[in-house]
Amino acid sequence: MNILESLSIALQALGSNKLRSSLTVLGIVIGVAAVISLMSIGRGSQASVTSAVQAVGSNLIFIRSGAQTVGGVRGQQGSAQTLTLDDAEALADPIAAPSVVKVAPELSTFARIVAQGQNASTRVVGVTPDYMDVRNLILAEGSFITDQNIQARSAVIVLGATVAQTLYPESSPIDQTILVSNRPFRVIGVLAPKGGSFMGSQDDMVLAPLTTVRYRLFSQRTAQGAVNVQLISVQVTDEKQIDSAKEQVSIILRERHRITGDDDFTVTSQQDILATFAQVTGVLTVFLGSVAGISLVVGGIGIMNIMLVSVTERIREIGIRKAVGARRRDILMQFLIEATTLSVLGGALGVAVGWGLAQLFATQQINGQQIQTQVSLDVVAMALVVSVMTGLFFGIYPAYRAGKLDPIVALRHD
Amino acid sequence: MIELHDITKVYHMGATEVRALQGVSLSIRDGEMVAIMGPSGSGKSTLMHILGCLDKPTSGSYTLDGAEVSRLSDDQLAVVRNRKIGFVFQGFNLLSRMDAVSNVELPLLYGGANNRRKRAMEALKRVGLADRAHHRPSEMSGGQQQRVAIARAIVTDPAVIMADEPTGNLDTTTSAEIMHIFLELNFKEGITVVLVTHENDIAQYAERIITLRDGLVHRIEQVTNRSGQDVLKAALPTRVALRQSR
Repeated sequence: MNILESLSIALQALGSNKLRSSLTVLGIVIGVAAVISLMSIGRGSQASVTSAVQAVGSNLIFIRSGAQTVGGVRGQQGSAQTLTLDDAEALADPIAAPSVVKVAPELSTFARIVAQGQNASTRVVGVTPDYMDVRNLILAEGSFITDQNIQARSAVIVLGATVAQTLYPESSPIDQTILVSNRPFRVIGVLAPKGGSFMGSQDDMVLAPLTTVRYRLFSQRTAQGAVNVQLISVQVTDEKQIDSAKEQVSIILRERHRITGDDDFTVTSQQDILATFAQVTGVLTVFLGSVAGISLVVGGIGIMNIMLVSVTERIREIGIRKAVGARRRDILMQFLIEATTLSVLGGALGVAVGWGLAQLFATQQINGQQIQTQVSLDVVAMALVVSVMTGLFFGIYPAYRAGKLDPIVALRHD
Repeated sequence: MIELHDITKVYHMGATEVRALQGVSLSIRDGEMVAIMGPSGSGKSTLMHILGCLDKPTSGSYTLDGAEVSRLSDDQLAVVRNRKIGFVFQGFNLLSRMDAVSNVELPLLYGGANNRRKRAMEALKRVGLADRAHHRPSEMSGGQQQRVAIARAIVTDPAVIMADEPTGNLDTTTSAEIMHIFLELNFKEGITVVLVTHENDIAQYAERIITLRDGLVHRIEQVTNRSGQDVLKAALPTRVALRQSR
């Protein structure tokens, strides 16, 4: 009496009462579908956060002025603005910082932009030419800010995709003049759309030469007349060099700022940020998974319930089987396989339904944000394994009861 | 074939003790057809259960086809039931959700045999029901169902057929048909048949009648004018030599 024969006996028994089998399976289907679809949301959010962080550029480390407050995530800017353009240039030194490829300092403010009778209030970021490479930006038309623009503090501006679309929906903005905080600027380029990142939308902004922003749009001088910057993005040669780059950069800055005690700047890498987000979304995923797991337990209890009823209904049948020579373990196997078949069927169906739900969720939005879902293979495998275990676990007690029946007593039952 | 020596069976129903069998000794020859009779409470059902290895005696010894079976474990008894005994019940006891041939196959399934379908079909042929192999019990008459049950009982080539009121749910004509099948199996193929009945007409088909009363053997008599003589006479030319014992 091998597994295959037990399986065919079990399937025959389940098939002879299709309605009951379907209703029992339903519990597991719902449980597994819940696990798959909810965890797909968790995984999807992890994936979208990862890609958002990575959309900013690759192998980047960020240096901000001020001491770190909250780990990794955009901490409070210090009251003292201590990073300068000169600091940024010092970091690009290939001898002191060999792991550094390019350096992109920036200084941002908000300003009102007026063009063609339209206006928009948007972020104005003062940058250097390397910003384009460090941040992986692509020009849709025109050209980018040059060293000459920096030197001359030119009043030129590059529009982000969304801003260009708002102000110049029909025509090309190149060589047009727009007012930024009532000062005229000439448009020299338009960026291709990039999508949101964890550092805000990269399309809803405009870029101008750092020096222009500093001297023409607002004045923040240090005592020595240096140009303050808020953020320096540093592109590192490759992933493995990130920690060395962080070290090198810190050493240079400490020397320049003559620091003896705590640093007056914070160095974070994309990995740090990703790690923090991963923690948060990881917790979310586990939480969702557990909630769904509870419904799976309920489904398992349903199976046990039905199996017990099934055993009671088939007491006579069990007696007959024993009378013709079935041993206790033959009966136990039969009922255990029945329970497990139900749960595995439920699991497989649940995966299919869960996948469908995940696709459905992906078409919806929360707070204007498209929900991301990702059905990953490990979650599917885990759900299937769990459904097998559920069948085994919740089926063992009824199967044990069935096996223990005395054939004489069982045969008398009606 | 069967040797019972001082078999007792005591049940405990709560505080009270019920002595169903108080020391039964008897023997049944290989190839014999025997009827066991007695009023209710005589212990004949209990005796049948013990003979059929569905239950164990409290004391005494039971030798079946040369093997002592009174002290076997539940699993071992299951094997004995599977290989050596074919049971036929009053209520047929077929599985209603399976067709006839699957019902007949059942003992072979638990015994781990290979050519089950073939053997099951042959057993159905022997009881004259091959054309109904794929019908369900609900699609058959009582007599046909009992024949399927007999086919199931013989499919493993058992040493003994135990029949517990096999004609209890059948009308007179069908009862006779069923008894003729038992006669043929016993006479032509030499299978030992032990029959429990409370009807004298049925008991008359046997060679010997053992009567129980109050848990003891009350009387044993040879049957002088057996019923079904015409069947026996017709079967004489085709009688097969007695099977070797297992």
